[in-house]
Amino acid sequence: MEKVEDQNPQQEEDQVVNPWEVSAKDGGKIDYDKLIDKFGCQRLDQSFVDRVQRLTSRPPHVFLRRGVFFAHRDFNDILDAYERGQKFYLYTGRGPSSEALHLGHLIPFMFTKYLQDAFKVPLVIQLTDDEKCMWKNLSVEESQRLARENAKDIIACGFDISKTFIFSDFDYVGGAFYKNMVKVAKCVTYNKVVGIFGFTGEDHIGKVSFPPVQAVPSFPSSFPHLFSGKDDLRCLIPCAIDQDPYFRMTRDVAPRIGYHKPALIESLFFPALQGETGKMSASDPNSAIYVTDSAKDIKYKVNKHAFTGGQETIEKHRQYGANLEVDIPIKYLNFFLEDDVELEHIKKAYGAGRMLTGEVKKRLIEVLTEIVERHRRARAAVTDEMVDAFMAVRPLPNMFD
Amino acid sequence: MVYSKDQLLARLKELQIDFSQYEHPVVLTVEAQAKYVGNVGGALSKNLFLKDKKHRYYVVSALADTKVDMKVLSQRLGLGKGGLRMAPEEALGEILKVPLGCVTPFALVNESASHVSLLLDKGFKTQECCIFHPLSNDMSISLNAFGLDKFLKSIGRDPTYIDLEANPPVGKDQPPDLASLVPSGSTVLPDLLEKTPSQDSSGNHPSAGNNSTAVTAKADKPSNAVQNVKEKSVNGVRPLIPSTDAGKFVEELLDRTSTLLLSEISEDSIKRHGGQLGAEVANNIKKCLREDLKNLATIFKNTAYTEGFYAGTHYQPKRL
Repeated sequence: MEKVEDQNPQQEEDQVVNPWEVSAKDGGKIDYDKLIDKFGCQRLDQSFVDRVQRLTSRPPHVFLRRGVFFAHRDFNDILDAYERGQKFYLYTGRGPSSEALHLGHLIPFMFTKYLQDAFKVPLVIQLTDDEKCMWKNLSVEESQRLARENAKDIIACGFDISKTFIFSDFDYVGGAFYKNMVKVAKCVTYNKVVGIFGFTGEDHIGKVSFPPVQAVPSFPSSFPHLFSGKDDLRCLIPCAIDQDPYFRMTRDVAPRIGYHKPALIESLFFPALQGETGKMSASDPNSAIYVTDSAKDIKYKVNKHAFTGGQETIEKHRQYGANLEVDIPIKYLNFFLEDDVELEHIKKAYGAGRMLTGEVKKRLIEVLTEIVERHRRARAAVTDEMVDAFMAVRPLPNMFD
Repeated sequence: MVYSKDQLLARLKELQIDFSQYEHPVVLTVEAQAKYVGNVGGALSKNLFLKDKKHRYYVVSALADTKVDMKVLSQRLGLGKGGLRMAPEEALGEILKVPLGCVTPFALVNESASHVSLLLDKGFKTQECCIFHPLSNDMSISLNAFGLDKFLKSIGRDPTYIDLEANPPVGKDQPPDLASLVPSGSTVLPDLLEKTPSQDSSGNHPSAGNNSTAVTAKADKPSNAVQNVKEKSVNGVRPLIPSTDAGKFVEELLDRTSTLLLSEISEDSIKRHGGQLGAEVANNIKKCLREDLKNLATIFKNTAYTEGFYAGTHYQPKRL
């Protein structure tokens, strides 16, 4: 029996984690163990990583090896079914609130692309333009425009067009999708949704009735043009852990309307350049590395704004070593440096004081620049026609190949 | 729609533009062209296809005798001293839709060239007839500057004739006199070589001496100015060209592989691995390039699929 979060999660002393707000206790770090405990999901341990490697016959993604994707719900069921020859489909999404995407935004997409390639399964990507229209008070046209712009960056992550369907809520909601929304909505009381999401009497009804929109892509019958006749198909949702509330609600409802519960695989939050306690915000360009940053920008931002755990003087540093717990360059390398051996070496040398902050930053700048460059080149190859094709309601006959 | 030579000639006739046409073997240079049409009474033209550092394109069409100084032109356009260079071969096909040696003002009839700026030598106006290629180099057509104007106006272009040999000073108090001829707007076209990610509609407003990214910390949104897509990536590889040309695709793959291969073979590595160097290098190449090449292949696949999708959605069923 799964824990379902009933009380309002916004208690003063605790950290706050929900789809619209993430803050640690007393300006400290997010306690992920507490979070897993509170949400009731499971830790993703090494045995899973090994199993994925065996099943997919390729090295596991760097995010799995480094514990970036660290929690799950029912991932083992997905793997069991896969071993028996039963495929699944992937579902992830983005709330297009701004044009400027930073590396943190790309993380779930990079991981999802790996999952698509490794397991050879189809993917649906939801752009919640309606959500942003409601929460960020954007005009309908603006949120639709942002959705298309974001779609280009998402496509640039390398998804296979013959296995991927991207849709925006404003375009797609209706038909079978809407029928499922109503089925879900009927199963969630007003009190329940207030409990899960913290709505108040002042919030408009758009917000209150939004959760089913994000819930129903977990059900294959929402996509009759893709999964017609495959009502039994399971769904795996890679997302950041702050999205968990939506899917806790979905998992609660699913068996009541005769569907499989969607499985989840969840990631840590990507820290801001200024440190774990800092907030990555779209209004502070120096809090994150954007996909539009030039090599010069990246160099500047890392050198001037990255919070480090190095000591104040070289002598002290050689003596005491760096504080790896708070060092942002090390954390970023943990996310993005592919080579496990090299990362270990850097951590050891830096922690012991043999390597200086400047050297670690230099390596980070190289790694980030390569990623951003590659993304930019791929982005340049995405045309409006390609976005139209990805977003067209069309059959995907080869989606399991 | 890509215009053919015959369609162009038909268009000229429709517009009642007087011209003479001369067929000859394919020529790639003005000298070669002169051998066949040098004596027909028209003035030969030389046509340059240029691009600037911000990937904007220009066709400069001049009398064969006019001296065109690229440095001066670059300054007059407000691009600084070395801002102009010859556009790469691929651009001829992609943007102007003409073969090598066939740059001509008539190429601007193609949609893909709608953002290309046209600079015409004022010397054309004093000639009775001028000679250009009509979209292919096995023919030359001779027509009056008025005729050329009429054609350009019919495709929505305002013909601008300039004194290409002039060298006015450009400085603080003397703005570049040809700055208005620099293409504006950052519209992204499907066949464009280097596409800049479409940022918001502030577009790009080139003016003499403007730099796109200033790295001063700004409290507002991150820099929306069009980023200079660098010609050399971190790996020293040419930037990606969105196309479904299998040949180009394979060249790109081979380029990357051979670059890596060459870097792996050094005196040092030969000493270290001796006879085993082959296996070692092969392994490294696979390891390093696997993901990169897969990504390139996915982009190729997506682009080809998109072309098919577009064709399919614009398919006109057979009339029964």
